[in-house]
Amino acid sequence: MSRSERMTNVLWLQGASCGGCTMSVLESGSSGWFDELRQFGINLLWHPSVSEETGEEARAVLEAVAEGKTPLDLLLLEGSVARGPNSTGRFNLLAGTDKSIYRWMLDLAPRADYVVAVGSCAAYGGVPAAGSNPTDAVGLQFEGSDLGGALGAAFRSRLGLPVINVAGCAPHPGWIMETLLALTCKDLAAADLDGYGRPKFIANHLAHHGCSRNEFYEFKASAETMSQRGCLMEHLGCKATQAVGDCNQRSWNGGGSCTKGGYACIACTSPGFEGSQNFLETAKLAGIPVGLPTDMPKAWFVALAALSKSATPRRVRANAISDHVVVPPGRSSGKRVP
Amino acid sequence: MTRITIGPFNRVEGDLEVRLDVERGRVVRAEVTAPLYRGFEQILEGRPPRDALVLAPRICGICSVSQSIAAATALREAIGCEAAPNGLLATNIAHAAENAADHLTHFYLFFMPDFAREAYSAHSWHGATAERFAATGGSAAREALPARARLLEVMGIIAGKWPHSLAFQPGGTTRAIELGERVRLMAIATGFRAFLERVVFADTLENVLAIASSQQLDGWREGRGGDFAHFLALAEELALAGLGKGPGLLMSYGAYHDGEGALFPRGIFGPRGAAEPLPLTQITEDVSHAWMRDCSADPAHSATIPDADKPQAYSWCKAPRLSGQPIEVGALARQAVAGHPLVTDLIAADGSNVRNRVIARLIETARIAVAMEQWIRALRLSDPFCLDTREIPDGNVVGLVEAARGSLGHWLAVHAGKIARYQIIAPTTWNFSPRDSFDVAGPLEQALVGTDVGDAGPRAVAIQHIVRSFDPCMVCTAH
Repeated sequence: MSRSERMTNVLWLQGASCGGCTMSVLESGSSGWFDELRQFGINLLWHPSVSEETGEEARAVLEAVAEGKTPLDLLLLEGSVARGPNSTGRFNLLAGTDKSIYRWMLDLAPRADYVVAVGSCAAYGGVPAAGSNPTDAVGLQFEGSDLGGALGAAFRSRLGLPVINVAGCAPHPGWIMETLLALTCKDLAAADLDGYGRPKFIANHLAHHGCSRNEFYEFKASAETMSQRGCLMEHLGCKATQAVGDCNQRSWNGGGSCTKGGYACIACTSPGFEGSQNFLETAKLAGIPVGLPTDMPKAWFVALAALSKSATPRRVRANAISDHVVVPPGRSSGKRVP
Repeated sequence: MTRITIGPFNRVEGDLEVRLDVERGRVVRAEVTAPLYRGFEQILEGRPPRDALVLAPRICGICSVSQSIAAATALREAIGCEAAPNGLLATNIAHAAENAADHLTHFYLFFMPDFAREAYSAHSWHGATAERFAATGGSAAREALPARARLLEVMGIIAGKWPHSLAFQPGGTTRAIELGERVRLMAIATGFRAFLERVVFADTLENVLAIASSQQLDGWREGRGGDFAHFLALAEELALAGLGKGPGLLMSYGAYHDGEGALFPRGIFGPRGAAEPLPLTQITEDVSHAWMRDCSADPAHSATIPDADKPQAYSWCKAPRLSGQPIEVGALARQAVAGHPLVTDLIAADGSNVRNRVIARLIETARIAVAMEQWIRALRLSDPFCLDTREIPDGNVVGLVEAARGSLGHWLAVHAGKIARYQIIAPTTWNFSPRDSFDVAGPLEQALVGTDVGDAGPRAVAIQHIVRSFDPCMVCTAH
């Protein structure tokens, strides 16, 4: 059967992973993820959390792909590639194979039409690469924000694309599925990726866009402690004005997002986000947040912030430092009492 | 004697390798390997203590709220502060949603698909079971996955998102719930109840929770539809009560705390058939068979330093012991310590085994679905959800919680405003531990011995049932 007539073969593997990307994608699909895959003609060759095949049955599936006997359209990795100790990959062997996930990825990636890094670990190294990076964890094609990683900067999959990075910790189920389905439809080209390999339909937005705290942001009416309603940027570490992602234009778990949930965006779609410290406090220099919006002149930002602070309505100022609405919107006089 | 290796062992959270020595078709010795090490304890050292709230949940994508609660509880202990009562209730609601979602994921995606295997095709029940539970293709997942996604909408209201939220803080939760949101939470809880009553139990939760003995359970399932009764029929057909006997001692740290206490109490449950106090200071970790350098056995004083070339070692998992003994943790242990009459009756009859672990998990799902409704009603909407907390002083503290799979502890030392030590013992660290220095095998290793694998060798389905009955989370195990 020619490639176009058969189903799309997808292989999903986990490296140094928490499994959270899988937990996220299992929320996808109105009659469940498996139905959604079938409806789009996707054949899940093997997935560590959901496939029937275990042990030698699973090894047979992987070996057939590695030997080129089973065509591979999409290779997905969740979790970072642990190269250590001493480049042996022994911190993460694929059980029953005596072979590291690092080695498996080197063998399988050249067979795939497309290679997708699901989550910031597989994309850039992510949380396992934090601090001393005890396992020499890297992404498939990035080590933090540097090109390279497990497969190397020059790697291109069979159809000529670099690794496609669905960043996020964990990514929105829609990010994973829309990328997967766009690739299944051959609808995503190299030009549709940003400089860090992220699909632009996600990365052309900022997490800040659509934030429900926007009025507080406009007036620089800031929350001072956790659970208050004000803007989280000035004091509580929010990086949404610098982090890419349409996070606040989507609904997470039926209506949430990090900033809606009452805590800062930690820029989990950015390479190296795990290297920060004091995530819930805003780093400041001379009282001014260090991480201002990148494409706005700092002096203007500071001047506008001062101006908007002086124009802040009492309602916004009071609600910003409360966990409930204490001053509702409405005219201050002439109200009708029901 | 032949040695068989099973791996990658899938439909567990993470990856697993099991090696079995088989003599005349029976397992005589088992070795269990956690094949992944990421080094979270090393990563956390030297950081500001509150960074644990960002990093520790990312140990595990399936029980990240449990990891958050353990970290927040340890920090609360260090600060010496209280959490807002609403924050504790909201935490319980979110935690119940995660744990119930995990129990569903385990039952429908990880455990039941093994009964749909070709190996059972000669049995008269196989057709219906395969139609219902076949991996990725069965009809059950079409109902269970949307029910799970709907239940996790609790997180969109309380926690922003799932997995990996920063909503769980030492002072409570970060988002005050308004009236409309309370109603939405109640609608989710009611919908979840409806799913359980229609699809899982084919009966009301109250009737299910009134089943007080194995005899009553047999009567209840007679002629009943629903997936629980389906499982009970398979358990009888395949004698699952005779498979995978645990080491005998069960433990729970206690779960779902509020101002009054805990829904499920803390304790141990042993051969005497009654709950007893848990001697917390008797918890140790042995590294004789782990790829780890020797250090203190006390989690409050030990360190994690990997050594991939260590002779005799065969897992990245350390071997936790209580008073020197291996311990089984999980829903069965929680419900035994909580004195649930059906669970204690089942244990009295045939101990901890494949069937009883699964029954306890589903009974617990019904219990927490009911409790969730009560916690939602108990929220006092005009009161705070999060109290402000102070600087974190130096000290040695511990945060204990029950994750879906069992007892999870974070041992934290703070020195000069930084994390000096962070030690984690996760549920599957207990259940899937390797041998200790007395050569005593871990709970799964013991449970596998004696299993009849016949001519099937590595394909023996009994092995799959036993391993998955523990609902292992391998990503937490070695972290």
